[in-house]
Amino acid sequence: MKENFQGSLVSNGQKGNIKSKSNKLLYLLTGALAGIANGLFGGGGGMIVVPLLSRFLKMESKKAHATAILIILPMSILSSLLYSSGKTMGAMPTIFTAVGVTIGGAFGALVLSKLSSKWICIIFSIVMAIAGVKMLFF
Amino acid sequence: MKNVLFGLAGVISGVLGGMGMGGGTILIPVLTIFFGVSQHSAQAVNLVSFIPMATISLVIHIKNKYVVFKNVLYIIIAGLITCVIGYLIANALSGEMLKRIFGGFLSVLSIFQFIGCFKNQEQKK
Repeated sequence: MKENFQGSLVSNGQKGNIKSKSNKLLYLLTGALAGIANGLFGGGGGMIVVPLLSRFLKMESKKAHATAILIILPMSILSSLLYSSGKTMGAMPTIFTAVGVTIGGAFGALVLSKLSSKWICIIFSIVMAIAGVKMLFF
Repeated sequence: MKNVLFGLAGVISGVLGGMGMGGGTILIPVLTIFFGVSQHSAQAVNLVSFIPMATISLVIHIKNKYVVFKNVLYIIIAGLITCVIGYLIANALSGEMLKRIFGGFLSVLSIFQFIGCFKNQEQKK
């Protein structure tokens, strides 16, 4: 993005301007898609934002993952507030689950992410597909 | 006792999420399939559960200068608007219907996850 912006300033050419405009559209589209997923499904925004940031906005993988959190966090806070007005599991089950996710998440990120192999990932994606199909049809 | 089981479901989902799998969606099927939690409630708890860990990771990532701020406001504003729309749609749907649509979403994500398994490996090399 930085290069594009400078390019449009330096060359003053149309190519740069068009590129930075279409980039702005890409930003809006990325946000819009992640927001829909976050509000409608209560998650999964990260799996939309990370590839869009890295592929279309040329962000390197580590930065894309970190920036995705900055993007998803405000949405999750807003959606949480919206959802809390409706049907929930209740305070205690929610707290227990959230604490579990936080502990497990820290452990997964700090300890296990270095061990994660292609096969664990493949098995996981198959389990994910089975769960998805089960929920879709049964 | 049930709360402890919920905590355990959270740990399992958290570990997988922390390893970078499932994009924070896996807690929802775990709760609906194994605990009989309604789809709307499972989505609500998934959203809440994301906040504490995301806040901690964000602070660490900002310190390490991995977070890009430039133009991100466009993404956030667009996202905040559409997440209200998404919520309104979810709220208008029955639990059964929302569960099915979520299942479709999860199936699509699993394909991306599957493809991603091979890409990550290349990056490590």
